[in-house]
Amino acid sequence: MSEFIEPNTEFSKEVAKRAGNTFNLCFQCGTCTGSCASGYFTAFRTRKVVRMAQLGLPTVLESDDLWACTTCYTCYERCPRGVDIPEIIFAIRNMAVEKGYMGEAHRKTAGFLLKTGHMVPINDEIKKTRQHLGLEEVPDTTLANPKALSSVQRLMMAMHFDELIGTKEE
Amino acid sequence: MAYAFFLGCIAPLRYPGIESATRVVFDKLGVEYRDIKGFSCCPAPGVTRSFSEETWLVVGARNLALAEKEGLDVVVICNGCYGSLFDVAHILNGDEEKRNKINAILKEEDGLAYTGKYKVKHFADVLYNEVGVDKIKQLCEAQQPYNVAIHYGCHFLKPSKHKKVDDPERPTILEDLVEAVGAVNIDYKEKQMCCGAGGGVRARNKDLSMKLTKTKLDNMKDANAEMIIDICPFCHLQFDIGQAELGEGYGMPVMHLSQLYGMAFGLPKDKLGIELHKTPVNL
Ligand code: SF4
Ligand code: SF4
Repeated sequence: MSEFIEPNTEFSKEVAKRAGNTFNLCFQCGTCTGSCASGYFTAFRTRKVVRMAQLGLPTVLESDDLWACTTCYTCYERCPRGVDIPEIIFAIRNMAVEKGYMGEAHRKTAGFLLKTGHMVPINDEIKKTRQHLGLEEVPDTTLANPKALSSVQRLMMAMHFDELIGTKEE
Repeated sequence: MAYAFFLGCIAPLRYPGIESATRVVFDKLGVEYRDIKGFSCCPAPGVTRSFSEETWLVVGARNLALAEKEGLDVVVICNGCYGSLFDVAHILNGDEEKRNKINAILKEEDGLAYTGKYKVKHFADVLYNEVGVDKIKQLCEAQQPYNVAIHYGCHFLKPSKHKKVDDPERPTILEDLVEAVGAVNIDYKEKQMCCGAGGGVRARNKDLSMKLTKTKLDNMKDANAEMIIDICPFCHLQFDIGQAELGEGYGMPVMHLSQLYGMAFGLPKDKLGIELHKTPVNL
């Protein structure tokens, strides 16, 4: 016998606050799932994520599948009801991360951003390569401008990004 | 009209040949660009937007505001940067409350402001709509007679409702741009599919990421592609390193459009960085 699950309107409201309430337009046709390359290879079902947003099923926050979306926007292009699917996924991911569900690799990359203003580290080899190509050894970005870096860091901290990526282990 | 040249992360720090090829190609085509001190990561939407929409907005808005201070539109060479900067601009332009909130923080921390007066453009859009195919044909010195598999990537065209660059399912911009230098565009199965790198999937779920990549590579190979053309350093990395990692002997060189143009315009090879690719470019 299937279990009756009480809808959590608070969860739906929170998703709507962040990503708009287009999920209410979804009539569960499955076009999104059928268009999703990630869903082809995994158990990830785009339609179900939208359903969970509608019904308010916060268990979606813990699911690994939530992170299978490449944000390719194919579902959004094809959805006959104009549901902002990738925006809904971003919103639910934000809510998951706030609860501490984040992949270690992602946390590390996020840490690079906070530390250097870039997501990719620089090293001696790349400096040498850049020089060979006739480029500045270090690009004139936050990497070469400590003042610019500290302003990016202050902005990120104003949004509590440092606290966010310091939260509990997955 | 000059542009603020936005580098992003993967081009300058992993494939600097893409950066330098773009510079020499812009010079050749008369596209004016300026370097702006202190840009950061766009910030990459896959992780940053997935973690914190507000952080993504404010760091993106800072980059936009830096260009605005110089009175310049922004040009990007990466779909990820386009997916951040264009989308941040789109969101802030359409939502006064968010814009005011972000601006209040920008002003306090940095004395900057974002008003939405300037645009964010992808370099492929600039080449097609501002330089034009005719001029590119005229400047072509060395025809590139290869069968090329074009990979658009996702965020150049989508969401098309806002971007309005071309049809997301059946686009023609890149086809015209590669044919302008003598390349042969080949059709292949699932051409508009993602490379597999985006959305943080490469970092978090490498296995899935490579399944998408392998599907695309197989489809390209089945259609007898001799070369892959991309307009995004992250897709570029995924296909270039991906072929090496999969080790199935695909042997399809991966070229950013700027590198293909560098060859077509007869620009110095040592500025194109193609020897830095993991999948050898033996043409
Ligand atoms: S394509 Fe749109 S309407 Fe159909 S199931 Fe997906 S979200 Fe719902
Ligand atoms: S945006 Fe995400 S959910 Fe939609 S089709 Fe692409 S991978 Fe699937």
